[in-house]
Amino acid sequence: MEFKMQTRELEFYYGKVQALKKITLGIKEHQITALIGPSGCGKTTFLRLLNRMNDVVPDTHLIGEVLLDKQNIYAPQVDVVEVRKRVGMVFQQPNPFPKSIYANVAFGPRMLGLSDGTKLDEIVEKSLRAAALWDEVKDNLGKSGMVLSGGQQQRLCIARVLAVEPEVILMDEPCSALDPLSTLRIEDLMRELKTKYTIVIVTHNMQQAARVSEWAGFFLLGELVEYDKTSELFSRPKNKRTEDYITGRFG
Amino acid sequence: MSRYFVDRISRRLALCFGTVAFLILIFIAVFILKGSLPALGEIGVADILFSTEWYPSHGAFGIFTMFAGSVVVTILALAIAVPLAVGCAIFLAEVAPCRIGNMARPAIELLVGIPSVVYGLVGMIVLCPAIAHLSGTGSGSSVLAAAIVLAIMVLPTITSISEDSLRAVPTLYKEGALALGATHWQAVYHVLLPAARRGIVAAVVLGTGRAIGETMAMVMVIGNSPILPTSIFAPARTLTGNIASEIGAATGMHESTLFVTGLVLFVLIMAINSVGLLLNRRKK
Repeated sequence: MEFKMQTRELEFYYGKVQALKKITLGIKEHQITALIGPSGCGKTTFLRLLNRMNDVVPDTHLIGEVLLDKQNIYAPQVDVVEVRKRVGMVFQQPNPFPKSIYANVAFGPRMLGLSDGTKLDEIVEKSLRAAALWDEVKDNLGKSGMVLSGGQQQRLCIARVLAVEPEVILMDEPCSALDPLSTLRIEDLMRELKTKYTIVIVTHNMQQAARVSEWAGFFLLGELVEYDKTSELFSRPKNKRTEDYITGRFG
Repeated sequence: MSRYFVDRISRRLALCFGTVAFLILIFIAVFILKGSLPALGEIGVADILFSTEWYPSHGAFGIFTMFAGSVVVTILALAIAVPLAVGCAIFLAEVAPCRIGNMARPAIELLVGIPSVVYGLVGMIVLCPAIAHLSGTGSGSSVLAAAIVLAIMVLPTITSISEDSLRAVPTLYKEGALALGATHWQAVYHVLLPAARRGIVAAVVLGTGRAIGETMAMVMVIGNSPILPTSIFAPARTLTGNIASEIGAATGMHESTLFVTGLVLFVLIMAINSVGLLLNRRKK
């Protein structure tokens, strides 16, 4: 199978502090890749490099390549807006805009220049359905996105990403602010979404990684310690440090 | 001394201070109202507010000219200052590299502290001759000169408060917008600005209050003649200028109409603040 995204010897620095050390990793299309590791290990930093989100952090620099369909997204001629359109992101804290539910979902298409009302209506409905939120909000599309529950807000944020029709969806601990039931709903949703999208998820929760992902990478102190099929990584870790972490000896 | 006692005392003290501030406001309001009453009773509200005849020595006490002067100058000043200030705030909060921002910010805050007479002086020496040259008549003391000086004076206030409120918008909003393929400007215009709207409105209200209340610089560059402003090159007089330039020699009814002028200012400021509150309350 082809790699949808790939990083080659990727290093990243905040000022002079090295946050990532030569990460080489391939992300398979239409599968879920989970990145696990203790806080501060660099997994979120790595995720944010996949759609150039760290561009907005001042005083940082990177060495190496990130390939999306074999094209380096950090190449000088690449349009960063185009990259982010193709690689969407769901954040740790649900972050709907202080706008109506409809305006939240329609935001991306509108920014891309779509103003046709019926088309927007269609996209909004389709995206909310795909994010399993439609039935709960269809009568209240004009209400502010901020009044929804945490789990609903996170699904709204997923719908918002889907509306742009990305190819890859990055999820940065999407369930860490949610209760167990909302978490399960998001996980179900991820399983449905992977038929159409490639998903990369950062999670603190090893059970979650084991439940949803096909591939898993273990990060420690800016290093990719081990990367393998999830079933392998959790049942037969090859590295001692991975084993210590997943068996709960530290972390 | 038990800490509950301290707690009780400090609560009482806080209440006292709060009451004092409130009482001062009431006292000023009553004082102005009391001073205004003779004129309001004798000449009548309508004749003071809506007449353009201001000849105190002949018993004509219409302050509409000055009211119009204040309103026109303030609106013009805001029309100049608000776009500039908000643009400057966006620049500082979003575009400028850290080092430039860190240099510009204290400089802008310093501008707030410059005494208004200095602004007036610069206006008189630099701006008025330029305007006289431009219009070809008069000394250049005009509505336009006043509006420009005023705009420069309120610029730092509006800029720094707007910038604070732009910075207070959670980074998550901006990143959320960028992650959806919005350009930087789209993120600023469609997410950051609406999210910072309350703060920006508050900044404009504060700036308007300052503009309405500005006295010294206005007296110096507007020409200070009680003429209804018909052109931006014509001189005029503001409500504040009216009080400042005449209260020294005024007695009787003349003095009382100057109190009415103050009352009008008081009401204007309250109205502006209420509009600001209303704008911020609507559509949560």
